[in-house]
Amino acid sequence: MLSFAIRRILQTVPTVLAVVLVIFVLFSVVPGSIVSSMNDDGRGPADAQVMERMKKQLGLDDPVYIRFGSYIAKLATGDFGTSFRTREPVTTMIAKRMWPTLQLIFASMIFAIVIGVPLGFVAALRPGSFVDTISMVVAVSGLSMAKFWLGLLLMYLFALKLGWLPSFGYGDGSLKYLILPAVTLGVSPMALLARTTRAAVLEIMTADFVRTARSKGMSETRVVKWHVMRNALVLILTTIGLQFGALMGQAVVVEKLFSWPGIGSLLVDSVLQRDIPAVQGSILVVVLFFLTINTLIDLLYGVIDPRIRYA
Amino acid sequence: MTGPPLIEVENLRIDLNYRSSHFTAVEGVSFRIDRGETFGLVGESGCGKSITALALIGLLRPPLSIGAGAIRFEGREIQSLPAAEQRALRGNRIAMIFQEPMTALNPVSPVGRQIAEMFVLHQGKDWREASRLAVEALASVRIPAPERRVKDYPHQLSGGMRQRVMIAIALARGPDLLIADEPTTALDVTVQAEIIELMRNLCAERGTAILMISHDLGLVANVCRRVAVMYAGRIVEERGSDDIFRACAHPYTQGLVDSLPRLGSRAALGRTRLTEIAGVVPAITDFPDGCRFNPRCTRATEICRTTEPATTWLGAGGLVRCHHHV
Amino acid sequence: MKLGANLIIGGALFALAIFVGVFAPWLAHTDPVMDANLLNAEEPPSWIWWFGTDAQGRDIYSRVLHGARISLTVGIVSQLVNSVIGVTLGLTAGYWGGWWDDVVNGLTNLMLAIPSLIFALAIMAVLGPGLTSLLIALGLTNWSFTCRIARASTLSLKSQGYVQAARVLGYGDLRIMITQLLPNMVGPIIVIGTLGMGGAILAEAALSFLGLGVRPPYPSWGSMLSEARDQITTAPWLSIFPGLAIFLTVLGLNLLGDGLRDILDPQSRSRRT
Repeated sequence: MLSFAIRRILQTVPTVLAVVLVIFVLFSVVPGSIVSSMNDDGRGPADAQVMERMKKQLGLDDPVYIRFGSYIAKLATGDFGTSFRTREPVTTMIAKRMWPTLQLIFASMIFAIVIGVPLGFVAALRPGSFVDTISMVVAVSGLSMAKFWLGLLLMYLFALKLGWLPSFGYGDGSLKYLILPAVTLGVSPMALLARTTRAAVLEIMTADFVRTARSKGMSETRVVKWHVMRNALVLILTTIGLQFGALMGQAVVVEKLFSWPGIGSLLVDSVLQRDIPAVQGSILVVVLFFLTINTLIDLLYGVIDPRIRYA
Repeated sequence: MTGPPLIEVENLRIDLNYRSSHFTAVEGVSFRIDRGETFGLVGESGCGKSITALALIGLLRPPLSIGAGAIRFEGREIQSLPAAEQRALRGNRIAMIFQEPMTALNPVSPVGRQIAEMFVLHQGKDWREASRLAVEALASVRIPAPERRVKDYPHQLSGGMRQRVMIAIALARGPDLLIADEPTTALDVTVQAEIIELMRNLCAERGTAILMISHDLGLVANVCRRVAVMYAGRIVEERGSDDIFRACAHPYTQGLVDSLPRLGSRAALGRTRLTEIAGVVPAITDFPDGCRFNPRCTRATEICRTTEPATTWLGAGGLVRCHHHV
Repeated sequence: MKLGANLIIGGALFALAIFVGVFAPWLAHTDPVMDANLLNAEEPPSWIWWFGTDAQGRDIYSRVLHGARISLTVGIVSQLVNSVIGVTLGLTAGYWGGWWDDVVNGLTNLMLAIPSLIFALAIMAVLGPGLTSLLIALGLTNWSFTCRIARASTLSLKSQGYVQAARVLGYGDLRIMITQLLPNMVGPIIVIGTLGMGGAILAEAALSFLGLGVRPPYPSWGSMLSEARDQITTAPWLSIFPGLAIFLTVLGLNLLGDGLRDILDPQSRSRRT
């Protein structure tokens, strides 16, 4: 198990390096240099001398590979550079916004699991029934909705009309501020989990070992609890892992909509203001988080499904 | 013998209803098995032998269902029992082992736990005590180092070992009837004999009756005292297994016997061809009229194409359904 | 029965979206950009203004119709680019194997590691807003699934001896790939493509909502919703209709994709969702 874990963790190293390279190349080599993009910040065009001085200061005249080397070296010490916009270290900016984003991501994933998995189970145990049809209609609808539209509707209904919840912002960080953004963000993973769970359970219910379990004289409830659940979990976990990626992407939109002070809204603001170091830093943190989650989930597989551990 | 037989099947019909189509998969099947007896059901794949077995243990699932007839266990009709009582029979008094031991075991559960479930389910033991009993059960099917093996997962065991685990599960509660559906078909030839021997000995020790299902007439005749031959959803002949090679009455049975290589025969030595039955098994969707074997039968006459043959009783408890039986 | 329903409802919704997109100029009541008139600002839905008007007095009904053009163009074109990239990479990687396979695998893993909306956002940040940038950003970031399917399908056909047999007959690599391998993966690729189109339409809406997609005043459903956000208290209808248009179009594509999967790719029906 330990060697499996170490192997799995080492596998992520090339991916991380490749991601760093892509992010670096995307923003450093492509036309439209960083300094000229700084002219777009609304303070009027900088004069040529200033631009030269800044280029030197930022080391932008060095060849690309030297710049990449020093970029990596700085990253290794946890230095993501300095924001063009606020002159603050990007690391500090990200650190401040880490917690709200984590809150949002996990809250919406918990919402998705708590609603989606049981929905899929119920649907699969009574295929073709009313419950099944309704839950699959809910699932496909949830997948087809633009998240920010759903967010707008929820905001209109629960915040503006009913006045039950605050319409936007982080407030004092209490739960009532979290509910609307988390539900908005959680709807599509919920829908996907419901569908995956249903499909997984339906397939497992036809497996030979389920027939064996029934031949032992087990009630259907026990068959599901003892034999179907664990097998379904493997497939459900895959979906959860992959959904974290989509969730990180969607979080950008939802954070922006609800003015949630997370990494997503930092990323959007930085992109709109061409604050390159902040953009690079936020993307890198998002990718690292996603990779970490997926590695953890792969390790969990090893615990749940013995065939993977020994493979 | 006094009292009702252990299990009695009377005029069983199994229907297949898929959407708006209705077929009859098994029809007019009757047989009885006494306590401690060994009974075989033989036929080609698709003849309905496996679903008959599933009906006995109450595991038919849609689109299959029992259409008519009765299955009585110790004189009580199983279907009229409440669901909980049916479950108390299943596994506990009637157990079953399946063809494919790899897929019949749960891949993500240790084999010990899968055995232990039997004691938790039927005896209300706690898991610790059940696990201890599982080690004993594994030892009884002659698996070496059972106390370590209980922790293994199915993929860590060989095919023969897995089938031993299946036998351990099935015999855990000392059932009165063991249904073995092609128990060795998926195994290596060298392992087959060991598994059959093990199953037979363990059942003999416990007084467990066996209902063995196979396409292999030779194997069934070797294990069982009586044999029924099924063709296209019906039993066409039932005999003591000693009689069946000497004097089978139905042309289909004759065909099965002739297609077996026999030790010392000219066929086994490669000097003559083994005979096969011409034609193919009819699909459930178009069973022929009259005797269902008539399109492939060498003795068929006009009456075979129009009229279903009645049951003819032979001596020594045998029966045959054929217009032209010998 | 249910299989047919998915296909029919999905197909009808998608056909409606195409129809609206193609005939928008004839169906619309007013010009979506030019006909601003502050005298008509923020009119609620009525017999004159079917979907109401926005703060500049533009007819929402006409703008929603024109928005279909952007959404469908982005959805169809970018998904086509994705499918071509995915099939090309997957097929060649599976067929040639070796170092090329490793390169493609590495690329696929990389694409899977970066959430696609974030990747598209980064590309948009570099290229700047606009329709062309959108097509590039969304066309380059969502091919990994298609690629995996194409590669797996190629590998399994290779192991069945198809390729060997064709080589023995003297077929060239390109001919084998196009005549022997490609037809066998068309079903799943179409299914993924249909679902991917829905995804691309949602992504376009999200990027436009964030101000990184199609620039106002030309109507995109996403940018219309972005403008609507500030007026949600005074003019909630601004938020309803563009979002409903996105929902119905994407729902149509999702249902169509499910329906096609049941026909074209039956063995995967229960495995993937």
